[in-house]
Amino acid sequence: MKRTALAIVFLLAFLTQGLAPGFAQDTAPDRSATGGAQTLEDILKRQRGEPVDDSFRSDKTGDPNSAAAMSSQLGTLGGVSDPELWRALRYGTADVKVSAGGPQARVLIQDGGMSWLAFREGPLATYGALLLGGTIVLLALFFLIRGRIRIDGEKTGLTITRFKAIERFGHWLLGGSFVLLALTGLLTLFGRMAIIPLVGHDAFAPLAHFSKWIHNNVSWAFMLGLIMVFVMWVAHNIPNKLDLKWIAVGGGLFKKGVHPPAKKFNFGQKLVFWGVIVLGVSVSVSGLSLLFPFDMPLFAATFEKLNATGLPQLFGYGTLPTQLAPQEEMQLAQLWHAIVAFVMMALILAHIYIGSIGMEGAFDAMGSGEVELQWAKEHHGLWVEEVREEERRKHTEHAVPAE
Amino acid sequence: MKAMLIAFAAIVVIAVGANQALTHMGFSSADEYSSSSVRLDH
Repeated sequence: MKRTALAIVFLLAFLTQGLAPGFAQDTAPDRSATGGAQTLEDILKRQRGEPVDDSFRSDKTGDPNSAAAMSSQLGTLGGVSDPELWRALRYGTADVKVSAGGPQARVLIQDGGMSWLAFREGPLATYGALLLGGTIVLLALFFLIRGRIRIDGEKTGLTITRFKAIERFGHWLLGGSFVLLALTGLLTLFGRMAIIPLVGHDAFAPLAHFSKWIHNNVSWAFMLGLIMVFVMWVAHNIPNKLDLKWIAVGGGLFKKGVHPPAKKFNFGQKLVFWGVIVLGVSVSVSGLSLLFPFDMPLFAATFEKLNATGLPQLFGYGTLPTQLAPQEEMQLAQLWHAIVAFVMMALILAHIYIGSIGMEGAFDAMGSGEVELQWAKEHHGLWVEEVREEERRKHTEHAVPAE
Repeated sequence: MKAMLIAFAAIVVIAVGANQALTHMGFSSADEYSSSSVRLDH
């Protein structure tokens, strides 16, 4: 009995100890010494990067309804003191009126820009560079271990048309513009930290200027190429049962002589296709939002929809903000644009590898459009049969004389 | 290879064309963010 009582006492003591700091956090800090203004503790917390509940001052922006009469002392202030007015400007709640410049001109202080800047130069650049570097290292390792994937069988010297001229045109419109956009995009992101120290400001300035011109204007070719590729190839990229066989043997990528059956596109190519379409549409939409600044805000509406699904709350992000300054919309669009672009660049690096040095005979498909028959049989056996069947059908149709 | 080179040429044509079209349609930063009373470079 004594032991049980002792255990309960210990447990209670432990719980009170454990909960005490929790209670302390919940109660509002004592700001009587500063008359309700921020305390040294608030400032230190902010400097340590800890979250500070600013509502004790952000909400104190005056009350025009309780303003003194115009004839009274300080009546002309309209119930809002100067500090209260500045606070409203600081927290973006002031009713600013401008004669030109649109909603963005009404924002005089936008501290969200600091977190954008820190994220862009910090995690975005670091993880982006790591992703691209890691992809290149992995591809180099794959090349060292697996070597170039050769055509296993005897070459026939015969070719089969893999892609028509219009297909190749669409592919290179998309691919060529993507390479330009990727290089100029990287130059824009890493210019200040990587290129200016190398070449200096004077040399970088024209580079940045032309890079921006190219990035803005080549985007249209990218979007056109994306539409072309989608229309031409979507029917061939619908997942089917064959894909399971491809997945089961890892596409034959890791073992010589393994060739899972495939139609026009195998599962790996379908992944690239859907990756390019989904990421390409996302990068295009966020890019358009940046091309026409402040005209196409995306994030407040997206956050509202996301909040309704309950997912951000479930993953601990809380309710996402649905009131965003116009500048904040642009900052989020820029970050999203870059994140999607990095993922796409990593995907395309792998695509370029397997379409060039990684596999014998693969480049011909997009080069001349004519591929070695043996290559086609090994990698797209069912497609070769389909093409031959089609040719036979056409041949018989032509052979039958018109009546 | 011809299709590839034509596509690359098309990228240049589309880029120059888009730039010209957008500038003439009044989408340049100068036109977007200034009124007629502001003379920036013309």
